[in-house]
Amino acid sequence: MKWQIDSDRPVYKQLIEQTEQAIVSGIFSPGERLPSVRDLAAEAGVNPNTMQRALAELERSGILYSQRTSGRFITDDEEMIDKLRYQKAEEDARTFFDNMKKLDLSADEIARLLRAIFEEDKDEKSASNE
Amino acid sequence: MNSTADLLKCEDLTKKFGKDTALDNISFSLDPGHIVGLLGPNGAGKTTLIKMAAGLLTPTSGAILIDGDAPGVYSKGIVSYLPERTYLNESMTPDQTIKFFSDFYEDFDPERAGEMMESLNVNRTKPVKNLSKGTKEKLQLILVMSRKARLYLLDEPIGGVDPAARDYILNTILQNYEEDATVIISTHLIADVEQILDEVLFLQDGKLILQESVDTIREERGLSVDETFREVFRC
Repeated sequence: MKWQIDSDRPVYKQLIEQTEQAIVSGIFSPGERLPSVRDLAAEAGVNPNTMQRALAELERSGILYSQRTSGRFITDDEEMIDKLRYQKAEEDARTFFDNMKKLDLSADEIARLLRAIFEEDKDEKSASNE
Repeated sequence: MNSTADLLKCEDLTKKFGKDTALDNISFSLDPGHIVGLLGPNGAGKTTLIKMAAGLLTPTSGAILIDGDAPGVYSKGIVSYLPERTYLNESMTPDQTIKFFSDFYEDFDPERAGEMMESLNVNRTKPVKNLSKGTKEKLQLILVMSRKARLYLLDEPIGGVDPAARDYILNTILQNYEEDATVIISTHLIADVEQILDEVLFLQDGKLILQESVDTIREERGLSVDETFREVFRC
């Protein structure tokens, strides 16, 4: 997967977010075995200790689990993954909403804007399917 | 040999050159398994500290201990040192240099060195003197990282190489250091290396002014290590 580390926030937090993102968007499937800490760290270009910290935290939240001998796995609890997906969507929506408020847009205007983008996206998809 | 947890320990370490104090009463210790940035403006004492850990300079007062021992025969077997200047025999080719290092260091892995040379496009049959400055730097770093050492001392390892090679080299460091080894990287190119660091030491005028984990710096200051450096050392 593609990792993108920004410079101003703790690296382990970004690793947690991006791993969660990869899980909810299906890059990692439920029950899938994760590569080793070292391989993941090399792929992300980060320190293995930092990657270890991020994975340990994801384990604590139950999204990952480890088996002593065979490594670390994505949870196969799809309900939990769905919950995480909704939680991430809500976070993003809140950020979006805050940004729109800063631009002084009303709820109606925001809704209209979203609908327009949604329609555009639908058109593009049907056009590319033809 | 020793079972102490501190791989590198400095106790009230001071180094004077005549009247000049290069290192002023420095105390810190490093555990195995970390990649540590040694950062500070020019003349802060970074190279002096590294040279003392490598056993090339002796303390004026205080102590520096590698795995519990003062630098010497034992420490040289477990420390892999990249000096800031080239020390290679200019008339040897990279292949001959690899052979030389294999004979010299018990923990040298010639296969690993060969693989890295392929990936970094180092010409293996030209004499070192005919290689470009950047290629020489790559070769030196390859030699240093091809040892299975416990402590790597890298003095400005990426200064002269292009950004693409830089990425590869940082990756090489990440993948090749042993899990219980510690890597100390001194550099001015903080933004390029800070992702792979887990801890930094800030030196200023021979004094240690900060030893902190990278994520703690980011968390507490909301700044990258690079930005923190620019703030702390604003001219």
